[in-house]
Amino acid sequence: MRSLFLMNILLTLIWAALTGKFEFSNFVFGFILSYGVLWIITRDTKRASYFTRVPKVIGFLLFFIKELIKANIQVAYDVVTIRNYMKPVIIGVPLDAETELEITLLANFITLTPGTLSLDVSDDKKTLYIHAMYVEDKEAFIESVKNGFERRLLDILR
Amino acid sequence: MTDFWIITLSTAGALFALLAAVGILRMPDFYMRVSVTTKAATLGVGLILVAAAFAFDHFSVTSRVLAIIIFILLTAPVGAHMIGRAAYFIGVALWNKTKTDDLKGKYDKRTHKLK
Repeated sequence: MRSLFLMNILLTLIWAALTGKFEFSNFVFGFILSYGVLWIITRDTKRASYFTRVPKVIGFLLFFIKELIKANIQVAYDVVTIRNYMKPVIIGVPLDAETELEITLLANFITLTPGTLSLDVSDDKKTLYIHAMYVEDKEAFIESVKNGFERRLLDILR
Repeated sequence: MTDFWIITLSTAGALFALLAAVGILRMPDFYMRVSVTTKAATLGVGLILVAAAFAFDHFSVTSRVLAIIIFILLTAPVGAHMIGRAAYFIGVALWNKTKTDDLKGKYDKRTHKLK
């Protein structure tokens, strides 16, 4: 997994060096090219999990950007209109993520979506306390965090 | 086409930065101010940086833009989290319409442990 990713990067650099064009688009093209080459030579081996993971990472980033823009527009609308629509709560979300890396990434992504701010993690690493600005229904909010960010993130990391 | 992207992205970035500034004035309590400013400012700065990458169209600029965006995405939430946690700990009041507070009474005042 990790070695395949490093090999992919190395092949990208070699591609850029051989073609002699150090432009961003050439790096992206080289990455796609070496990704294809690696996919062909590692087919039917155990290391093939790398090739389901990269599309998932790209999918996660697109999902994150979509959430970011959607929530930013919601907050922006609230800032410019006179009435306040906020229904703030501090809510404890039970965590499925176990390792430090998983919890850190999850908390970071939650803070980066507007309207939510991760305040603290309990000492036994079981609960993440979030300050959220728009919560109509507590259960539905917990469900959306667990099914949205957490499930997708754990899909990638595990 | 490039001009179109530069104009759109930099305008959107500036708008989000402006909204973050207005948000500081408009939000009723400290936590929501932190919430609004970190995110809108992050998105604003990010969009302006991407516009700069389009405008210069040079590898040295693009790579720096990517590095800056990655570091902002890594550091901004950590900063917001530490500020929010410290504020809760010293007892900065929540807005009076805050419905539930799951954190209430869970901190040990002396050892800073969270039950």
